[in-house]
Amino acid sequence: MSLQSSRTPFDAAANRAVSAELKGLTVGQKKAIWAWVFLALPIVFYVVIRFYPTVSAFAISFTDWNILGEKSFVGIENYSRLVQDRVFWKVLINTLLYGVIGLPVSLVLSFVIAYYLDQVRFMHGFIRALYFVPFLTTAAAMGWVWRWFYQPSPVGVFNLILVDFGFSQQPFLRSTTQALPAVLAPAVWAGLGFQVVIFLAGLRAIPSTYYEAAKIDGAGAWRILREITLPLLKPTTVFLVVISTIGFLRIFDQVFNITNQGDGGPLNATKPIVLYIFETAFDSSDMGYATAQTVILFLLLLVITLLQLWYLRKK
Amino acid sequence: MTAEAISTPYTEASERLNRPLLRPSKVLMWSVLMVGGLLMVLPFIFMLSTSFKFNNEIYELSLLPKEPTLSNYLFLFEETQFFRWFVNSLLIATATTVSVLFFDSLVGYTLAKFKFRGQTFIFIAILSTLMIPTEMLVIPWFLLSKDLGWLDSYWGIMFPGMMTGFGTFLMKQFFESVPDDFLDAARIDGLNEFQIWWEVAMPLVKPALAALAIFVFLGNWTAFLWPLIVTNTESLYTIPVGFASFSGEFTTDWELIMTGATVATIPTLVIFILFQKFIIRGVMLTGLKG
Amino acid sequence: MNKLSGILLGSAIALGLGVGAVAPASAQTEITYWQYTFGARVDAIDALIGQFEAANPDIKVNHVNFPYADYRVKVSAAIPAGEGPDVVQLFYGWLDAYREAELLSPLPASLTGDVGDTFFPMVSAMNVDGEFWGLPTAVRSLALFWNTDLFAEAGLSGPPETLDELVEMGKKLTKRDKDGNLLQVGFTVVPTGQDHHWWREVLVRQFGGEPYTDGGRKVNYNSEAGIAALQFYVDMVGEDGISEIGFLTDGQTAFKAGKAAMTIDGSFRLGSFNKQRGLNYSITELPSHDGERFNYSSYWVNGIASKAQGEQRVAAEKFLAFITTNDAMQLWLDTVGELPARPEIALVDANQNHEQFGPFVRGLAYANATHFVDEAAQRQIMVDMVDNVTIKGMSAADAIDIAAEEEQKLLDRFYGS
Repeated sequence: MSLQSSRTPFDAAANRAVSAELKGLTVGQKKAIWAWVFLALPIVFYVVIRFYPTVSAFAISFTDWNILGEKSFVGIENYSRLVQDRVFWKVLINTLLYGVIGLPVSLVLSFVIAYYLDQVRFMHGFIRALYFVPFLTTAAAMGWVWRWFYQPSPVGVFNLILVDFGFSQQPFLRSTTQALPAVLAPAVWAGLGFQVVIFLAGLRAIPSTYYEAAKIDGAGAWRILREITLPLLKPTTVFLVVISTIGFLRIFDQVFNITNQGDGGPLNATKPIVLYIFETAFDSSDMGYATAQTVILFLLLLVITLLQLWYLRKK
Repeated sequence: MTAEAISTPYTEASERLNRPLLRPSKVLMWSVLMVGGLLMVLPFIFMLSTSFKFNNEIYELSLLPKEPTLSNYLFLFEETQFFRWFVNSLLIATATTVSVLFFDSLVGYTLAKFKFRGQTFIFIAILSTLMIPTEMLVIPWFLLSKDLGWLDSYWGIMFPGMMTGFGTFLMKQFFESVPDDFLDAARIDGLNEFQIWWEVAMPLVKPALAALAIFVFLGNWTAFLWPLIVTNTESLYTIPVGFASFSGEFTTDWELIMTGATVATIPTLVIFILFQKFIIRGVMLTGLKG
Repeated sequence: MNKLSGILLGSAIALGLGVGAVAPASAQTEITYWQYTFGARVDAIDALIGQFEAANPDIKVNHVNFPYADYRVKVSAAIPAGEGPDVVQLFYGWLDAYREAELLSPLPASLTGDVGDTFFPMVSAMNVDGEFWGLPTAVRSLALFWNTDLFAEAGLSGPPETLDELVEMGKKLTKRDKDGNLLQVGFTVVPTGQDHHWWREVLVRQFGGEPYTDGGRKVNYNSEAGIAALQFYVDMVGEDGISEIGFLTDGQTAFKAGKAAMTIDGSFRLGSFNKQRGLNYSITELPSHDGERFNYSSYWVNGIASKAQGEQRVAAEKFLAFITTNDAMQLWLDTVGELPARPEIALVDANQNHEQFGPFVRGLAYANATHFVDEAAQRQIMVDMVDNVTIKGMSAADAIDIAAEEEQKLLDRFYGS
């Protein structure tokens, strides 16, 4: 809106100045100079706001720093402490579990929903909206609702349903095995609509001539799905896999807002790495140790994303 | 991995070509999808309904309050600064979104349509910021803001989000599909590079800008950790920070917490209802280009 | 980077100077006070600031408050940057960590000379090597809240006097549906709430133990008494079946909803319970055991930040003295519901026989305060201990051994031995 008025005159003036000096350069050289002009401010931004803090975080990870006193260099001590920290291994496994369970569950669910929804015309938009609404909610707010749902009967909706159907009550958040899936469920719930819509887009983008040709060949639904739909959906799937993996491995809001006092319990059963980082940094003021954990998380995300991109693009 | 889940025997992909009228399998499919969708919004309905209840009724799980009341909303707006937080969030989310749209598309365009040394390096560097966890940057940001006097200000809340790696990546993908001929034609017409971007290329990627706007707005609307750390004054809180302060104080007053949660969610919902077609189309395009 | 920040810093300073020039030229000293957000506390401090500023027109006090859950996050982020309060309110259990981090400075003798004689004895925990680091306006203790309607409905005439009665009555007050699901609990068992204090300082002692020795440096609850105390505690959710951990998320919520007959909590909860529609309740002292009564006391103290120097320091001392006067304490009791920190004002008849404050005030007489080094971590150890028994089915003795080992490690790391 106000962009045009505030930016253009300034840039236009700058452009004239630049163009005046550019006479005598080749088109390619001129364009390269323009590119750097366009990138100047963003480069400053990324260097100051992203890379410099990242580098200083890396540096802090080699120090012992309680946030108030002086930093003292301790070499790789924080990293060797990580290796011996049972809680760290626990949160690392939890984090991977969030990814390993959350990713296939959410992708299968969203694909099935998208696949059938694509064939529905009556109230299509309305149903799609129903699935999309959770994506718009804040985890801080919805965490309270989910926490309530997991209560024992007579208050907890899930247990009420279980009991009504003659099953026994489940402890959910009070169990070391059920708590992690119970915390994951709202994360899947919140992201499902987004994935459904992306899959719908992917399905729409497949030209119907493929299907017609397959039909003439007398291919069954299952073959069409396997040999046409899924392969042609590949780019969509790659995109969702990468985006969702990063999301699940960085899970925090749901755990913080659903577990008792945000402690990632019971007995650390639901604590992901980001929550452990948060506690180490802000409850224990152990900044060196906390940043060492962020470095591990960074490397983990980097390696997993690169592996996925490489594997999925290649195949 | 999706294979076994979709092998349900009665489905035929060919149905999307010649749709017969009402077939039992279709009716069943529609009903299952509808019920699933209603279940998806159930937590939301529950929140909404609780916000209209008195505190002695909240443990009855009825979806319709027996004795509906607006007292929770009155309390919220009279006794707390919710309205102020609401305005703050709106301002900050809007300003950040405008900045991201401008800069991310400028950088995305440059990376897509220009050839220069170091191009790949810059692209990878920006992309790699996607993997940096915010938690890692918060302390350095705080020290920086302190040195520059940005603490406890709108700008302090906004500055880390003024450009994003995700948006740059997305816009680059979209600009790549803009034909070079268009741009060359504009060049021959004597437009300078900035004008070419702003007047020729940008209008061609409007749907992508819409999609990006949604993600950025949502992301800033729900951002919690950084706004919490950088603000000291209650009147500068954003909705999530205000909500946390509020729910910390009224932990046992579920009806008030649900009211606060409702108020925190309504704006995004209204925006969605108003612009549903546009938003869905934007998100769909993201999936195709991402 | 350096240049950029230099330029920006320069302009920021210039702006700052400009603002300074516009401000009135009076020599008013500004100090900042921090506490966590809680309606009644905010009102009380605002009232006290109003009185203080009227009496000291040359001092202006800025009152800042943050969400309770994020209070420490705020402090951790603000302090290293030299931002933050001149006078800060903190939980007494955090003192050591704050002191260790050189965030606080000791209070002058002029303020603390007679603390030993005039404040409740547990305030002496603020005395480290002869210097006081913080003074409370108010102290807290625990009491038993009981729902009079539910008691009448169960045909019980009054609250339990002893732990055995607590369990017996609890059984009569517990309701289940035909499948055995709890509809109402006799008593709330919430390790994350006040219960970990109750276990440490009350139950362990009542069963004949001593939770810590060596001035809080040595864990001592890993004893027969500790095991008996833990067994009693977990039996309430096991064998005795009068409760369930996590029932309606926490004790206060369950009690407010009229779905818990008894709960243990502090006087600061009165405000929230009093405004609940249809909740009728009363308060009594904590149940005794073998004739022994104990209580747990805690408090929030006001400390002076080490960054307060010169005029600010003088003003901060003045303000701290003002908010710890008897009048301030009475105002705090009436507004917030927390008990005065000096016996001479807490124990006046009006307070001691007060229908709601009385049981808390009387409890102060036999209360102990735990010497925490990291309250959050030490609480988590207790929570895990209870979870190990109730979720993992570990024996009380094993769970206590693990907890004692963990907590001793924490204490050792802090005291550097």
